[in-house]
Amino acid sequence: MLYAILCYHDEDLVGSWSKEQDAAVMQKLAVVQENLAKQGRLGPVARLLPTTAATTLRKDDPPIVLDGPFAETKEQLLGFYVVDCKNLDEALDVARDLGKANPGGTYEIRPVGVFRPGSVES
Amino acid sequence: MTDTAWIDAALTSARPQAVGALLRYFRNLDTAEEAFQNACLRALKSWPQNGPPRDPAAWLIMVGRNVAIDEVRRNKRQQPLPEDDQAISDLDDAEEEIAERLDGSHYRDDILRLLFICCHKDLPATQQIALALRIVSGLSVKQIARAFLVSEAAMEQRITRAKARVADARVPFETPGAVERSERLASVAAMIYLIFNEGYSASGDTAEIRSPLCEEAIRLARLLLRLFQSEPEIMGLTALLLLQHARAAARFDADGQVILLEDQDRGLWNQKLIAEGLALIDKAMRHRRSGPYQVQAAIAALHARAEKPEDTDWAQIDLLYGALEVMQPSPVVTLNRAVAVSKVRGAEAALEMIEPLAPRLANYFHYFGVRGAFLMQLGRNEEARVAFDRAIALANTTAEAAHIRMHIDRLMRDSQPRSAKAK
Repeated sequence: MLYAILCYHDEDLVGSWSKEQDAAVMQKLAVVQENLAKQGRLGPVARLLPTTAATTLRKDDPPIVLDGPFAETKEQLLGFYVVDCKNLDEALDVARDLGKANPGGTYEIRPVGVFRPGSVES
Repeated sequence: MTDTAWIDAALTSARPQAVGALLRYFRNLDTAEEAFQNACLRALKSWPQNGPPRDPAAWLIMVGRNVAIDEVRRNKRQQPLPEDDQAISDLDDAEEEIAERLDGSHYRDDILRLLFICCHKDLPATQQIALALRIVSGLSVKQIARAFLVSEAAMEQRITRAKARVADARVPFETPGAVERSERLASVAAMIYLIFNEGYSASGDTAEIRSPLCEEAIRLARLLLRLFQSEPEIMGLTALLLLQHARAAARFDADGQVILLEDQDRGLWNQKLIAEGLALIDKAMRHRRSGPYQVQAAIAALHARAEKPEDTDWAQIDLLYGALEVMQPSPVVTLNRAVAVSKVRGAEAALEMIEPLAPRLANYFHYFGVRGAFLMQLGRNEEARVAFDRAIALANTTAEAAHIRMHIDRLMRDSQPRSAKAK
């Protein structure tokens, strides 16, 4: 089963990391990702631009376009992974490894219903 | 990242909110700052043991407030304190309660008020910037002094003077109304722009130590944009700063010499910052409420979109500068427009355009640099030399002077008209 691991964190906090701190976190995360990739279990990974660049479309009739992210909360969705896991426990293990590499914030683990890898080159 | 680095980042990010709330409470910059410092000291002791609080800002506000009140009591100074001062017994509940209140309108207004106090109109621009970097960003006096290339003592004095002036000016602490808020927003935006310029206009040996100012300005702009998500001008400002800063790595060579836009290695441009800047200006344009920051960002976006210098849409840049001239008439804007005009309609037309600016830009380095470049393109080398000599006399940095000297050397080498470089 594919699991999406959605990364939530306080954007103010992540935004106040220095370039070096940011690079150090990314490097630690890369180690976890490489492991998964070697096992052929890693799907697409995305880091999103800050929520200040986000726009929200409310599907009312007529649809309403709003500036900013969907939900104004303490923690924002900053990115996601798609990982192949046998079950939830395994997905939680992956999330724990990621969490050790990048402490703070929250991961939401969601089983993937429809998965289309797409054709976009990064 | 180590534990302490995490705490540092948390303290930095909570700072504007916490100092802003403490200022509302104590109505005195020094007291608020001191309360925040004390709270940080306690955080450094408590957080590694107890783990991070759910809401660092709320924790710092509460602890800072209590420590300061204790101190007042100890000193037995009869200062009247606001009535909602209650002994807080259970830390968790109190934190939750404060966090809840912070999510409301106070949060926005506290930070805005803090920024606004720093950009008070009675303060000269340099003091505004210094005060904001000290109070809002929490840079040390030493760091700020270094960025401004002055001694620590001089900067300390500048900040003390600014604080005294703010205290004298009786800045209102009440929640601003709608009209006032939008006025404040404009002056805060201008101050952030000034901070950025302090970093951006540095060059040569000073570029490296001043570039943190650019990053700080971007951080503040993002903060402001999160508070006011539907203000196209704040989107424009943030986009402008991101797009300009994206070129930072390409703007100077190893010796600190200026590299002109058209000679820059565009592979060194930071594509992540460009992507964010373009996304923001894209979003801002949708509002169809144009403004000077959006127009400047749109100009920067045209440069950022050009993969090669010859791909640059100079005609569109000319139009945008034309729009900016209407919104913000200034000889400097016209001078910049003239560079675009020289690309579209030739140096003759551009020279004609800047001729009337001479009296007002008589002491402006770039005026003579640009004028010299136009004259050189037209083969009027002797006049070009005169302009360049004047530019060297007016240069602010050694890199600027060295850059103009390179033009003069080129003039000396060949008296043939050649395609010269504008600013």
